[in-house]
Amino acid sequence: MNGPHDIGGMHNMGAIPMEENEPVFHSEWEAKVFAMSFATFANYFPVDETRHASELMPPGQYLSSRYYERWLYALELLITEHNLVTPTEIEERMAQLSQTQT
Amino acid sequence: MVELVLSLESLILQRSPLPFHYRLLAAQTIMSSHNHPPAADITLRVKAIESLLIEKGIIDPAALDAIIDAYEHRIGPHNGARIVTKAWVDPDFKQRLLADASSAIAELGLTGFSSEHMVVVENTPEVHNLIVCTLCSCYPWAILGLPPTWYKSFAYRSRAVIEPRSVLQEFGLEILEQIEVRVWDSNADLRYLVLPERPQGTANMTEEALAALVTRNAMIGTAKVLPPNSSIELAA
Repeated sequence: MNGPHDIGGMHNMGAIPMEENEPVFHSEWEAKVFAMSFATFANYFPVDETRHASELMPPGQYLSSRYYERWLYALELLITEHNLVTPTEIEERMAQLSQTQT
Repeated sequence: MVELVLSLESLILQRSPLPFHYRLLAAQTIMSSHNHPPAADITLRVKAIESLLIEKGIIDPAALDAIIDAYEHRIGPHNGARIVTKAWVDPDFKQRLLADASSAIAELGLTGFSSEHMVVVENTPEVHNLIVCTLCSCYPWAILGLPPTWYKSFAYRSRAVIEPRSVLQEFGLEILEQIEVRVWDSNADLRYLVLPERPQGTANMTEEALAALVTRNAMIGTAKVLPPNSSIELAA
């Protein structure tokens, strides 16, 4: 697929961001997105499908999002497409959680 | 602005016949016109998905903790360093490693998820190898752990294949003109590991002491392995 991910050879992407003593995950949500993806890889959808899902991200969104945001996009797309969870359930649960937090 | 962004997105997506730099301009415009969603929103979304998946019995919370713990504490470049040092001290192993990396790595019990099919490329006085994944972030997880942010960055992915020498300079690595630079683009089915050159003055070192010299970046090709007590400092 000719998606935004095919950036090999593109110019003007700037300096390479280097971080000394970088942690494996920069926040808990990153770790959770990785682990939830990993846990569902083998059992519910193959890795190839996961990669394809992240390549379906609209180009503008793809190019402006961080790495694990793209994973989250793929994870959410796959679990909803495979009817493991519905988009409504996610929205409702978010609303519920934000109320209990405040 | 929304319409403009949409039309720019379609320009990039459709591989329009416009000159490449126009598409780049479009990409940059898009990049500067979007903002990251606030961290709190992402955290909430991730929590919502996690709680739903657990509630439905699709994932086990203990499994999530185990996965995170494994990649934070157990799986990392020290695995790759074992492969490299074994190849340095055991010429037969090195030969097997270069001929069929997957089998040689299996001998050491280091085969694992995302590293099933491996190719090892050897640095020599004539050739310097560099590994990238232009399409995303393919990387031998079982051997090096999860990739650093720079490996996953748009800058590294786009530039490594078109201007590897300038990329290497950013890492503090100057490769002489007469040395060939080979860039290997990883994919989901095949992943690479660089076998760096063994540094001078290490003839009497044990495998364990040698392994401590082998860095992650040296096994990706953005650094060389330095002799012990070297005062040269390289970028992260």
